[in-house]
Amino acid sequence: MAAADFETPELQEYTVVPKLEEGTMAHSSPFIAKEKLQTPLGFPGELVDNWEEKVITKMDDLRGKYRGFQVFLDSCVKCGACTDKCHYYLGTKDPKNMPVARQDLLRQVYRRYSTFAGKFFGALGIPGFVGAADLNKEVLDDWYSYFHQCSQCRRCSVYCPYGIDTAEISMAAREIMDSVGLGQKYCNEIIGKAQTIGNNLGLPEKALIDTLEGLEEEVEEDTGVAVKFPIDQKGADILLVTPSADFFAEPHVDGLIGYAKVFHEAGASWTMSSHASEAANFGMFIGSYENMRTLSLRVRKAALDLGVKRIVFGECGHAWRVAYSFLHTLAGPFDFLDQSYPIPQHICEYTHDLIEKDALKFDKSENDHMTLTFHDSCNVARASRMGDKPGGQMEIPRAVIKAVCNNYVDMPVETIGEATFCCGGGGGLLTDDLMEVRVKGAQPRMEAYKSVVDNGGVTHLAAICAICKAQFTKILPAYGFGMTDIVSVHQLVSEAIILTGSDDDTSEDSNTNESE
Amino acid sequence: MSASVVYALAFYLATAIFIIGVARKIVQYAKTPAPLKIPTMPAPVTQGGVVVRMATEVVLFNSLFKSNKWTWIFGWMFHFALLLALFRHLRYVIPADSFLMPLIGHEIIQAFGKYAGFAMLAGLTGLFARRIFVDRVRYISSPSDYAMLLLIMGIAGTGMLMAFVEHTDIVMLKEFMLGLLVFNIQPLPTDLLLLVHLGLVISLMIIFPISKLLHAPGLFFSPTRNQVDNSRDKRHLAPWAAELEAGRKAGE
Repeated sequence: MAAADFETPELQEYTVVPKLEEGTMAHSSPFIAKEKLQTPLGFPGELVDNWEEKVITKMDDLRGKYRGFQVFLDSCVKCGACTDKCHYYLGTKDPKNMPVARQDLLRQVYRRYSTFAGKFFGALGIPGFVGAADLNKEVLDDWYSYFHQCSQCRRCSVYCPYGIDTAEISMAAREIMDSVGLGQKYCNEIIGKAQTIGNNLGLPEKALIDTLEGLEEEVEEDTGVAVKFPIDQKGADILLVTPSADFFAEPHVDGLIGYAKVFHEAGASWTMSSHASEAANFGMFIGSYENMRTLSLRVRKAALDLGVKRIVFGECGHAWRVAYSFLHTLAGPFDFLDQSYPIPQHICEYTHDLIEKDALKFDKSENDHMTLTFHDSCNVARASRMGDKPGGQMEIPRAVIKAVCNNYVDMPVETIGEATFCCGGGGGLLTDDLMEVRVKGAQPRMEAYKSVVDNGGVTHLAAICAICKAQFTKILPAYGFGMTDIVSVHQLVSEAIILTGSDDDTSEDSNTNESE
Repeated sequence: MSASVVYALAFYLATAIFIIGVARKIVQYAKTPAPLKIPTMPAPVTQGGVVVRMATEVVLFNSLFKSNKWTWIFGWMFHFALLLALFRHLRYVIPADSFLMPLIGHEIIQAFGKYAGFAMLAGLTGLFARRIFVDRVRYISSPSDYAMLLLIMGIAGTGMLMAFVEHTDIVMLKEFMLGLLVFNIQPLPTDLLLLVHLGLVISLMIIFPISKLLHAPGLFFSPTRNQVDNSRDKRHLAPWAAELEAGRKAGE
């Protein structure tokens, strides 16, 4: 495993498309999952003997199950539209990090064994003529390396004339590798924890309760108001499902405090669940419908057991994709919930609704020491929605920020919204053994951030994703920014919100003054 | 065997491969479920919106336009010119008394189709040049990617030579083509240009269903482009996923 013997790229004024340099990231490969992590997920413990055969069988199986996979394998014309769109290519210069080249690692094998052209030219001894190649250990190693240099952020799919989504190819490749016993330690370990304990960090119920009690004390000390952080409370109206990093990581936990304050001010009856104490669903990263479903069913069970009427998800990007786009499919139907609210709902939608109704009071000057910009998390921007209209996932978080902050500047338009650059740590890459690709992949985002720091006086970067937040606390310092530049959107809400009855609450006085 | 018979048989074979091959792929795409909602967002929230999105992709190459203006202009020019040229060629296969003839045979349509050849060649040359000169595109190109461009350039080139320099016997050609439609093989003019032109067209038809030319039907089946963004309102369940669900419940 390559240690940290790499250089952090130098930031440019704007992102320049580099000349390609072959093999710069060929050495990057995450730790392989051992048997004890593989078996519980239904995967072989180590690389099986006849893996070549099994790989083709599994690929055929997936082609029959996922239309996208089949269509994407056939449709690419190698036009090059995606070649300069991946942050990992831009940051590493490695041509195999160009989306089409990454797909081709798998497509060449599909072409060779499952198409007439590949079989024909393969028999002639020139499979390369039609972009086909034999499957061997070298190819498998390339798969393991480069399909773990894709954060499944879908930026390439925005620009592809056929909508080919490398995320789908990556997911399929990882599922194929898992099926022959070649799994990634980081993802599979986490899925195991979430399936047995209930969250990715493996926090048991007792630890959760202690943490939440601690938070209650902290907030009361700070504000003088008894804001509750309820867990496993039967009969509550709202079930909050949030990434487990929100329970203690910085700046995640400040976001959780924000959600609690919003619920408190709204007078909502809400609870978290120790059974479903995780919003993230790493089953998606490894392309496993079954594992993704098993994890989603925990949310359903928690909602049923607690008898809630609504489900709200906390700030988490890939989690929101699974929640918004897949939860209904995987764990529905949700006919037992209140149908007058979206199922599920995002915490930003929830807070935004209250802001629209004027139900929350803010002192925006509390955030005056900061100038904010917003990092659109890839899977929120390109794989989900908020609100009623397309694009609400971009507008609503910004509306929330602007309601609680006076100083806001957007990053350059080609780096936000549907064109947003991934933080560099998504899709199962947020592990120390992939630090080089994480740092280099963050370069385009850091360049966009630098441009508003230099030209817009921006001091902080707000995000709504647990992975983005964790990634940026590591990556910002690597590029010379402050580790605490990254903030949760609901941390900003938390700072500005005026809790009824708190020391800052002057509404009664001011009302009295006005009437006098 | 005369050239007429060889070409007639080749045409029948190529047509069969083209139609059956493409139909099989379309059936495969249509039958394969898309178990999850994966439209690239922001996406339309209604079926009508999807039609509009798809139309902008098919007609204007919207996503490609967002990506790269050079690839877009070359690619769009080539495809649109190809459409005009195809339209012009319809007059060789529809009878003189057809109700379509006044339209297809109209000099404006014919002139557009004729001069479209220049746009076609220009677009193809641009695409070819990108493969050679842009390092990223060169890296991802296989020999077949160049070969396919050369093949279509050959079709366009021979076609233009016949249109502008060395005319073939168009009346005789039309009789041959109309004859093919009713399985009555008529003599084919034997100018080299025409034989090369038709030979290349036959090759193109044969490789269509076994190559990346499948991008044409593929686009319509691309879930990132053809799905409605309504996952919270409507449950989306693939047949195999429903089976999985039923199996689990029974097993529990």
